[in-house]
Parts: sequence; C-alpha cells; structure tokens
Amino acid sequence: MSNSGCTTALVIGAGIGGITAALDIANSGFPVVLVEREPSIGGHMAQLSETFPTLDCSQCIMTPRTVEVGHHENIRLHTHSEIESVRKQPSGNYTVRIRRRAAYVDWDKCTGCGVCQEKCPFKVESLFERGIGKRKVIYTLSPQAVPNKPVIDAEHCRYLQSKWDMEAGRAPSVDKQGNPATPKCGACAKLCPTGAIDWEQQDTVVEEEVGAIVMATGYDLLPMERLPEYGGGELRDVVDGLAFERLLAASGPTAGRVLRPSDGAEPRQVVFVQCSGSRDPERGVPYCSKICCLYVAKQAMLYKHRVPDGQAYVFYIDVRAGGKGYEEFVTRAQEESGVVYLRGKVSKIYAQDGKLMVKGADTLSHRAVEIPADLVVLATAFVPRASTTAVAGLFGVGVDDNGFLVPGDEEMAPVECGAEGVFLAGAALGPKDIPETVAQASGAAAKVLSLFQQRVNAQPPVAA
Amino acid sequence: MRVTLDPEALHGPFVREIEAISEQNLLKCNQCGRCSAGCPLVEEMDLLPNQIIRLAQLGLETVIESQTPWMCASCLMCQSRCPKGVDLPRIMEAVRQIALRRGESRVLAGQVEGTLLALAPQMAIIAALRRGER
Amino acid sequence: MTSAERIYSYFPGCTLATTAVDYDVSGRAVAAALGLELREVPDWNCCGAAFPLNAENVMNFIAPARALIAAQRSGHDLATLCAVCFHALKRSDSFLRTHPEAADRLNAFVTEGDFDGRVTVRHLLGILRDDLGWEVVSRHVAAPLQGLRAAPYYGCLLLRPEAEMELDNPEAPRVLHDLLQSLGAEPVGFARQAECCGSTLLVSAPGANQRLSAAVIESARAAGAMIVVTACPLCKFNLDRAQEGRPAAEQLPVAYFTQVMAAAFGLAEHAGPAFPLRAAA
Repeated sequence: MSNSGCTTALVIGAGIGGITAALDIANSGFPVVLVEREPSIGGHMAQLSETFPTLDCSQCIMTPRTVEVGHHENIRLHTHSEIESVRKQPSGNYTVRIRRRAAYVDWDKCTGCGVCQEKCPFKVESLFERGIGKRKVIYTLSPQAVPNKPVIDAEHCRYLQSKWDMEAGRAPSVDKQGNPATPKCGACAKLCPTGAIDWEQQDTVVEEEVGAIVMATGYDLLPMERLPEYGGGELRDVVDGLAFERLLAASGPTAGRVLRPSDGAEPRQVVFVQCSGSRDPERGVPYCSKICCLYVAKQAMLYKHRVPDGQAYVFYIDVRAGGKGYEEFVTRAQEESGVVYLRGKVSKIYAQDGKLMVKGADTLSHRAVEIPADLVVLATAFVPRASTTAVAGLFGVGVDDNGFLVPGDEEMAPVECGAEGVFLAGAALGPKDIPETVAQASGAAAKVLSLFQQRVNAQPPVAA
Repeated sequence: MRVTLDPEALHGPFVREIEAISEQNLLKCNQCGRCSAGCPLVEEMDLLPNQIIRLAQLGLETVIESQTPWMCASCLMCQSRCPKGVDLPRIMEAVRQIALRRGESRVLAGQVEGTLLALAPQMAIIAALRRGER
Repeated sequence: MTSAERIYSYFPGCTLATTAVDYDVSGRAVAAALGLELREVPDWNCCGAAFPLNAENVMNFIAPARALIAAQRSGHDLATLCAVCFHALKRSDSFLRTHPEAADRLNAFVTEGDFDGRVTVRHLLGILRDDLGWEVVSRHVAAPLQGLRAAPYYGCLLLRPEAEMELDNPEAPRVLHDLLQSLGAEPVGFARQAECCGSTLLVSAPGANQRLSAAVIESARAAGAMIVVTACPLCKFNLDRAQEGRPAAEQLPVAYFTQVMAAAFGLAEHAGPAFPLRAAA
C-alpha cells in the first residue's frame, strides 16, 4: 500500500461495466477519467433491443446511467479515445497518456442538432448496425448517444480524402480552368449552424495522473468469416446475434421489423444456430460462450411476438440456462412461443432457390434434418475485444490462451490482478451476462474505493 | 428397449478393439450430431453416424449389425467438421473390420457386376474389395 | 526458378495408366507446355487405392510405402494427378512419419528400401498455384475459354482432411476456381462442389452412388454450369454414369482440369470429348 495519495481513478471502456464502475467511484466523491474507443458510450448493451430474462428495453434501463455519466461532475469523459501509453511512477501512481482521435468536429461548438448527419450525402456500412443498416460518413452511433456529438469517418469522407490528396500532390491542386481546386463535398461544413466542422483538427493527447485503474474493455463476437460453411460473410441473410438485435430494436435500421437483409421481406422461417464457433476446439474457440442459450431463446420469442405465424427453430447441443429464472425463461420459449428446439449441431448452410438450406440434425429423434429458412441467426462465439491484449500489456495484466484477462485468482480474487491498483471487470474476463458484468464492475469499484480510502486515511490530519 | 449397462463392457475388449483399430478416444465425442447433420449418405442409413459412436461408447456390440458403416463412403465430411477432432471415418472402419472378423465378407470379387469390372476405374474396385472382404 | 529446376517425379497410378489414360496424357501435355518436367517413377505399384483407416495393421501400408520408396530414389517432390492416389500417398506418408514404430516394422519387411519420409507428395493443382503461379499459367493460354461457365468440382479426397492434404480449405476452396479463371473461363461455385459423388459405393451400393452423383450434377446445373471440371477419375466416372441414358443435349459434360487446360492452351487433341463445347446455353 502506497501513500501516494492520488485518488483519481481511470476506467478503460464505457460499456455497462465501465459505466457502472465509473458511477460507483464518482458517486463516492472521487474523480474518474473514463476512456472509450467509440465516439459514444454504452458498448454492446446499446445495440440490444430487450435484455433477458426480464425483456426490459435495453436503452430504457441503460440511458439513465449514460446520461448520468455524461453530466457527472466527477467524471472526465474521453470518447473516441484510446490509451496510448502508461508509466508507473515510483509513488505507485500511473501517468497515462490518452490519445483522442481527430473527429474533425469541434465538440465545444457542436450543439448536437444533427443537421450534418441528416444532410451528409454518403452512407457506409455501419459496424454498430452489424451489416443490417448503414450510417452517414459524419455520424453518431445512435439518437441517444452520449455524448451526442458526431465524428467524421475520415477514410470515407470525400472532403478529407480529396483535401489530403491535393496536399500530398496525389491530385492536382488547380482545376481545369486554372483556379485553385476545392475538395469535394463539404456539405456538413456548409450547413453547420455553429461552424463546428474543423477540417484541420488533429489527434490530441492528454496526460492524466491516476491512482487506480479499472479495465472493462468488453467483448466482441467471432467474425462471420470464420464460419464459411455457414455462409458467414457470404450469404446476406445469415446474420449474427447482435445483427438480429438491430433488426429487433425499435430504434434500429428497420424500426423493429424483422426483415431479411437481402430483399427486405419478412421471414416466415427463422433458424437460430447455437454454438457457432463455440465449444469447438478444432476450428473455433474451445469454451462455451454462456449467454447464447438465453439470448437465442429471447430472440426466438421476440421474433414470434413480431411475426406470430412465423416458425422459429433453434439448433442446440445443450441448453445452458443456470441462474435465477433462466431455465423458466427458456421453457417459455419452448412451451408458450412454440419455438422448436432441435438437438444437433448444424453442419452446413447453403443457398438454394431463394432459401437458406440448413443441414442439421435432431439426435433425440435420430433424424438428420434439413430446413429451408428465410433467415438464419448464428449465435457466434463471445470473444474479447481485439484491443484487449494490447491494453492489458500496457498495465502488466496477463491474458489467457483465449485472450481473456487473467485475474489474481479466478475464484477468490476475480476482479484483482497482480498489478497494484489495477482491477478488472466484465466481459473482458470471460463470457458473462449483464447482471454479472454490473456486479463485477461494482466489485472492482469497491476495490478502488477501498484503496482510495486507505490513502485518505493515511494522510496526516490537517491542522485545524 | 432397455439395456443394462455393464462396467465390464464399458471398458472391455470390444471398446478397446475399436479404439486400437481407430486410434480414437471414443469419449471425446459429446454427441453434438454435426457428423450426422452433414453426412451425404445419411438417408441410406439405419442408424445415424453419431449413434454408431454412441453405441460403441456404451460398449453395445449390436452396433456391428448396423448397415450404416457399409453405407459410409469415407468421404471425410464428418471428420472435417467435427468440433472435437474425432476421426469418425476411422471408427467406422473399426466397426467394419470387427464385423468382418466376426462374420462374412460384404463384397466379393466374384460378385462385382461384369460391366463394372470392365469399365470402372479399377481403384474403385480395389478400394471396395479392400474394405469389404474378410 | 528456371525450367531446369521444375522437375518432379510423377506417380500416375493404375487408373491413369488404363481406364483414365486421357487424364494422364492431357496432364503430361499441359505440364510439358508449362515447362514442368514430370519424370515417371520407375517400377511403381498401385498406391493401394484407399488410405488405410485401420491403424492396427501395418501390412495395409505396404503398397503406398513401396510407391513412396520408389519415389525417394528420384530426389524430387512427387507429383500426382489422381485425387485418390494423392490422398492415399500423402496420408500414408504422414502416417508413417508420425508412427515411427509402424515405419520400422514396415521397413523390416519391405525389401525395396527403407521409407524415410523425405518425399513431399504434391498435387499438380498445388504445383500450378504455388510453384508456377496463375500468371504463368495465363501466359500459356492460346485460346481463352471466354464465356465458359465451368463448375469446379473438388470432390472429397483432394482436400480433406485439410491439415494433412495441405492443398486448400474444403469449406471455401479456391484452387480450381482460380485455375479456371486463369484460363479465361468463368468459375461457377455450387452448393455441392465439395460433396461426395458416391465414391466406391459404386461397387457396393450403386443406387446410393447414383443418387449422390445425380445430386452433384443437378447442383452444378442449377448454378448455371456448362461443364463440370474434376481432378478425380472416380468422380468423373460416377458423374458420367449418373447421366447415362439422358438425351445428349441434357447431359452436363464432365472433364478433367488438365483437359480444360489443354483446350485453353490450344492443344485440342488432349482436350477430350467435352470440347469443343456445344453452343453456349
């Protein structure tokens, strides 16, 4: 225990885990620096339609927290930012350099009116929409984004690309009439009422001195291209679990209507494929991704609510529904919503006559089963965010063979690690659901607060 | 039908013979069913491919009476997709071998249809005989 | 790499020496055109026709081991055309390398020499892709196969198991697609492009065999193919046989990839009966 006295915390990642930890610490009166790679906070929970087992609207339960973070006097929020370097001081504190990538929008001038996004003429694939919908080149992740300020995707911005081409000599700097050439488009700058577009904006680096860190960098899903035998990355109507959430979400690209990405038709037969890449030591990840049995039951039920005369099938190997109310939740899908559960891992999915032929099995009835589906949802494996290993390395935190963070002890010290003052929480440690993430985040926050209180206690009393 | 599982059979000579011929640990199979889901010959089979392993896992020797190993084309689709790396084609071969050792040949040179003998690629004939003759 | 260095020992196999001699002859012709020297292994014997799935009996490996020992004397990689030979030899080689006790017992028995694992078993498709490159293949095209929608049929044994065959990904194969493209043709992927034709069930379960081959043909036809291109004499036989009795105009021609190459290289005498193709659909 050091007597450095620094009682500012750094929280890395602003999904529900990072948000929870940040609020717990900030509400105790200590300052928090919250760093998030995306332009706004909320992580994957912001993409969900409803959460299991309550079927609460995900945005509704999360927005009070994100708004609180956005306004909190004790939270310094750095979005569109990454940790660049870390130096441990002899005092035990950490000096952290945070790089905020250029957004080409001055957020101090921006009022969040949204005209730029509305008027931008160009759309690109949106990672947030997972292949279901597009976004503009100048964008916020969602209407409820915190902060509700846009960033420009420089790679696809015609103004920036043509400007940089001219500056680098790759494009002529005069036009055919001999006048100075102007970069293309620039619609957002012309329309912004406060002149917030800043084409010259650079990355900025901020240095923060912190006394404790919470790593909550979260998860991602196995890329679809890893499953070519399921048409992953090739067949448009084979989507993953998060993409199906965007179909279900009222604020999503289809306003909550379940529609096929290829032709916009409403699917009458939807097949859910569990264990897509999980429990597969040979060709995927060896572990069970834990949340899929529950979210597939949820998604199948929600599909039936939207398309009552549609048919949903779930191919599973086992149904893993441990926890309060989880078994009952899956039972509802089977008994009340008429979702047909088939025990067998799908071998292949291919396109034929406008349908997706799913070759599976039902070992319980000793049958190989083929289903002509309109839409297929793959419950792809839960993997750590790609940046996890690099960020962990900056703080001396270990990762296991699967890239998940390694705590001090999996059973008795699940949110601590060997590095002093560094705590771990949430999906970056392994597959888990929202309640577990929130609990771990509060646990990590408690560890931080304990450390901070010890430092406060160790300070000499101030003379009256 | 009810079977009484016998610890002697679960780890006995029959299971050991299959594991020796195939070099496979039968217990690696968790019966996910992917092999059966993708088998191109499954429509011709009385038992699903995963059932063959299951019966072998439980030491139930009736597995050698099944037509399934003889309808197997050794196309290796099952093995290439098995998440646990179980080499099912080799287990099928083990069941075939044991069936032959205990019974009659399945394919006899003298019974191969005449036009086939003349026209077919001879590797097909040789392979079929090597597989099906005692 | 100069052409003097592109030397391979060559294992035709019994089927290519007899019932599928057109595959052998067209293969040698296109290899020669590309500056690849294929030196037939002297005194070779049948590879055994099936990779022995039975690990217990080392005697099963004598046939492929003898073939590999014969190739050892040449000092070059071993090239094959027949997918079944490629499979049997490559996997036997792999087995004997990873089971030294089996190799020792086998060497004690075989008099032609000792298996020592020094030969690398290759397939011509891999040689074209990795040793020559598609650009080199394209340069030898005299008559680009413009407008030819060709279905690349991989079958089973050429690619599986991926780790041992070391040729291509069976779930998303490209090597035949890319070859056809380099010849100016339009490769047409289809659902059953790597599904079994029925293989040796031709002998023991001909009805099932017929059904599988017919399904492969229908799958290629549904994808708009004008021709099916294969690397296996048994696949070719099965696919042709499944279409017997149909009117000629309704049959989908099946050709070896070496015959398609011969057609593109302007070596019409080796292109086989599928060429010249009937008027494009």
